Amino acid sequence: MFQLKAAVGRILQLGLVLWAVVTILFLMFRLMPGNPMAAYIDPTFTEEQQLALMAQFGLDKPLWEQYFIYLANLVQGELGQSFRYREPVAERILALLPNTLILTFTSLIIAYVFGVLAGAYLAWRRGSAVEQAAIPVVLTTRAMPEFWLGMVLLAIFSFWLGWFPAGGTRSAGTDHGNLLGLYTSADFLSHLALPALTLAIYSQGLPLLLMRSNMLDVMKEDFVTMARIKGLSNWTVVVRHAARNALLPVMTSFAIAVGYQLQGNVVVESVFSWPGLGRELVNAVSASDYPLAQGAFLMIAIVVILMNLIADLLYALLDPRVTHV
Amino acid sequence: MSETVIARPALVSRLFGALRLPINDPFAVAGLVIYAVFVLTAIFADQIAPYDPTEILYTEEFDLAADLRPGEQGFVLGTTSLGRDIFSQIVHGSRSALLIGVTAAFMVALIGSIVGLVSGYFGGWIDALLMRLADIAFGIPFLPFVIVLAAFLEPSIWNVVFAMALVLWRDTGRVIRSQVLTLRSRGYVEAARVAGSSNLKIITRHIAPNILPLSFLYGSIAIGWAILTEASISFLGFGDPSQISWGYMLQDAFASQALAKQAYYWFVPPGICIILVVSAGFFITRGYENILFPKLGR
Repeated sequence: MFQLKAAVGRILQLGLVLWAVVTILFLMFRLMPGNPMAAYIDPTFTEEQQLALMAQFGLDKPLWEQYFIYLANLVQGELGQSFRYREPVAERILALLPNTLILTFTSLIIAYVFGVLAGAYLAWRRGSAVEQAAIPVVLTTRAMPEFWLGMVLLAIFSFWLGWFPAGGTRSAGTDHGNLLGLYTSADFLSHLALPALTLAIYSQGLPLLLMRSNMLDVMKEDFVTMARIKGLSNWTVVVRHAARNALLPVMTSFAIAVGYQLQGNVVVESVFSWPGLGRELVNAVSASDYPLAQGAFLMIAIVVILMNLIADLLYALLDPRVTHV
Repeated sequence: MSETVIARPALVSRLFGALRLPINDPFAVAGLVIYAVFVLTAIFADQIAPYDPTEILYTEEFDLAADLRPGEQGFVLGTTSLGRDIFSQIVHGSRSALLIGVTAAFMVALIGSIVGLVSGYFGGWIDALLMRLADIAFGIPFLPFVIVLAAFLEPSIWNVVFAMALVLWRDTGRVIRSQVLTLRSRGYVEAARVAGSSNLKIITRHIAPNILPLSFLYGSIAIGWAILTEASISFLGFGDPSQISWGYMLQDAFASQALAKQAYYWFVPPGICIILVVSAGFFITRGYENILFPKLGR
């Protein structure tokens, strides 16, 4: 039962972190050049719109009052009007979220399947020439700027070989009806291939190294020795006994990886013109579309914080020895 | 070497302990060699680079020396679309990378170590406060945060370093705190306390020297992070326009259609340089880990 208590405590702590990030965001967007109204009002808005936004965000009131109005608006999902698109920020952000999530999860699933298998294999072949050569290669993939890898893949597979499109989510003039139709179309998948591959190559290092070191730990444990003494085949020992147990912490790292990946998405989405949250954030910041930038930042932060929580809870759930959460 | 070490004061000997070169590990040695070349290039950039990296160059026939392939007209790595020498930009890019890597690493290690020391040593509400701050820093999406801050403040490398340090101290701080917690209960620390040493003295004399190798380790990890982050920021166009960096070169190449022009000589070398320097950091770090924490060595 005390586990439940710990989990509740952790969720309360999440609330605190979320509040702090929201507050930092509020202060950060009042740091920027120009008057405080610049955060929500574009000079080209009509006078009516300006007055409506002034009232909605209390922009003529003192800062502390603005802060409470801002919090109240946030709770209701009210993020203001995008300067460039002339539409509510919340709607725009929610429309982009699926694109980002699809890219993130596709690349991470590829990365984890590969990473877990390769990590287990390298642990099994510990000390071999393959292992000696593989580890530095993996470390090198972690040292690569993701956007640069994207550029190289783009130059080779899109511009030179012409196998994949150079950007976006669909070819011009195609219509797939609803979202499901789009996401399952061959056209969409061919657009997804390069950005997903780029992110997957970068991300596979974490599960791979984690799986390998967990395997090495687990293989030293008594039950594995026992399995060997029982005369079970090497394969059975490695796969049935060691790998299954080494897998748990790797799975919890998946949640953390989603959070990290969302940040990496910012650059990779820009390289591949992928209409997601990260690219929107970059474009909004460059175009001084403050409400949109704020909204995109907030959405990314919420996913990061949620994923940290899920990782902690999963960790405690899968490994009962962890009690502190 | 060990006999001389014993004679030195604790702090100095620890520092030298941390600086012991991991010469048994071939990858760490390769890393050290790359670092040496990198640092020397940064220092002697003006002597090595044949041209000013921002100068617009002309051919002998007085045409703009734009989009020349490597070797053409004597340009080792060719020229950019604006007629600038790519090799000179690569050489000067090492300067920004070194500057950013070292300053960011120093700040991350310094802030993280102080937070970890104070938090772990004093405990209580200070500890609770600092660790909640670390939780908050973990909730901030790193790259978006640096982008927004770099865009709102003046675009300069110092602001990028500042933004990175504001977030990245969290990892160092947590690790050092847990190390301090175990050190605090050691016999010699207890003894110092009983003997009436002040907190400041215990921290600086007995605890700080022992966590120095860890600070060093985390600082060296931060070098790679800082260089990668600066590259991303410059690539997205929020970098310091007055500094030629490898990230800036990649942005320039990307925006000038170098991919469609198949100008690999333009965008491959900066990426290779980043990979070399960052992975050199990883290999050195790994070598040190094996020296500092032999149990982890696998």
